[in-house]
Amino acid sequence: MIKAKGICKSFADKKVITGVDLDIKPGMIFGLLGPSGAGKTSLIRIITGQLVFESGEISVFGKPVSELSGEDKRQIGIMMDDHGVYDRLSCIENLKIFADIYGVPRSRIKTALAQVGLADASKKPAMKLSKGMRTRLQLARVLMISPRLLFLDEPTSGLDPMTMKYVHKLILEQKANGCTVFLTTHNMEEASCLCDEVALLNEGKIIDRGAPGEICRKYNHQKKVNIHLKSGEDLELEHGASSSGKIAELMAQGQIETIHSSEPTLETVFIELTGRKLESEEEIRYA
Amino acid sequence: MRNIWVIIKKQLADTIKNKPVLIQFVMYPVLTLIMENAVTIPDMPELFFTKLFSVMYMGMAPLTSVASIISEEKEKNTLRVLMMANVKPGEYLAGVGLYTWILCMAGAGVMATGFSAYQIPFYLAVMAIGFIISIAIGACIGVFASNQMTASSLFVPVMLVFSFVPMLAMFNDKIEKCARIFYTQQLREMLDLMTFDGLKIETPVVILINAILAITLFFIAFKRKGLE
Ligand SMILES: Nc1ncnc2c1ncn2[C@@H]1O[C@H](COP(=O)(O)OP(=O)(O)OP(=O)(O)O)[C@@H](O)[C@H]1O
Ligand SMILES: [Mg+2]
Repeated sequence: MIKAKGICKSFADKKVITGVDLDIKPGMIFGLLGPSGAGKTSLIRIITGQLVFESGEISVFGKPVSELSGEDKRQIGIMMDDHGVYDRLSCIENLKIFADIYGVPRSRIKTALAQVGLADASKKPAMKLSKGMRTRLQLARVLMISPRLLFLDEPTSGLDPMTMKYVHKLILEQKANGCTVFLTTHNMEEASCLCDEVALLNEGKIIDRGAPGEICRKYNHQKKVNIHLKSGEDLELEHGASSSGKIAELMAQGQIETIHSSEPTLETVFIELTGRKLESEEEIRYA
Repeated sequence: MRNIWVIIKKQLADTIKNKPVLIQFVMYPVLTLIMENAVTIPDMPELFFTKLFSVMYMGMAPLTSVASIISEEKEKNTLRVLMMANVKPGEYLAGVGLYTWILCMAGAGVMATGFSAYQIPFYLAVMAIGFIISIAIGACIGVFASNQMTASSLFVPVMLVFSFVPMLAMFNDKIEKCARIFYTQQLREMLDLMTFDGLKIETPVVILINAILAITLFFIAFKRKGLE
């Protein structure tokens, strides 16, 4: 579906993407993970032809991006984190514009709004929507065109857990309909439960890739057992024979409140690989 | 073609909700109707207010609305979405330009009610030319500015010059001499004559130069900035 080889891009002197290769198969959900500033948005903009790049090759639907026909582009849905909606127009009016541009029947507008749970707000002007509702309106805009290929740039950032679950459901529905999805996120959990394949992007380089479970297993050399004692104390023990005596002792004395084994998550893998946290520290610093 | 029509329809839906732009389109036609019907001053030239307001309308409404529509779409990142949906920059600009021109012509239609039937085509033709040049200047500013603030700081002085200088020219000979280089002043003189007879050669020449300048500037701005 998407093939890329050796993409490089720099802004002024700053290298933003260095030698990225991608091979995204039809029908899968591909997740691009990385901290803020890693180059996720830039990569999407390069693949979708919004940004020129210096070297490398990209093909979408088996054609170079520059040779995509209008018909091909009609089958690609793109939702970027910085895209806007028409504030003064209602949800329906917003979607009407794009239904007309893409030549999809107007009847799909209602279905799309119902799909994202905005049926009741369909006559509200977009400026009166909450952030989550706006995101869902943007999602309705891309879902309405029944894309074959869907780019979602941080589709769930800043959403509450409920809305996030809802958006996940919609993305999985798209996959079930045979749509290929390319999404970016800095939420590890999201990537683990949605994506068939993830790539970890750091400072413009892909540092590892694979199925989320596979990546986690690969780094499963730091298994730990976390124990919370009734006294309130927390213990972290090796996950192995060396700890068995200690655990048995605590267990026998009835001191244990909870006990968990901790497998690495994408989050810990990422920290191990880069020494950086994913949920960007910058965000916390500036908050 | 279809996309141009989509843009026009989008703008029409937005017009009723976008008060500042709506006022631009409606204010002078309404003022004209009121003044022509309510105020009579002895020895006042025929259709004085109609002609006065027509020139202001021409220099103001199309210029400010085109510039604010384009710059708002850039600021709010909706233009990008249109481009991603494969709307060509030319189609977008044609849509916004046509929409503005049609609405302004409708306004001019209202203002034309004071003229006798045989004068109306001449009046509308003069207005049509003025609107086109103003739209080109507005598009120039809209393309050049990346947000509404910059756009309005650019279009306010430009609009003031083109719409008010012809009025000031009535009272001051020096200003009148300077004003002759502007299309609005020349079109104003055409409205005073209301006929092609006795038209100075200077008039079409100045209008043409203004038009060429506006369109060239627009293409330069567009080449430099695109619609990003
Ligand atoms: N138009 C631009 N001009 C100059 N530098 C840019 C431009 N766009 C992005 N950059 C730089 O490219 C780098 C990657 O930015 P990008 O927006 O792709 O990051 P991201 O991974 O999407 O981050 P986030 O998670 O915060 O959205 C950043 O260092 C940014 O400063
Ligand atoms: Mg981004």
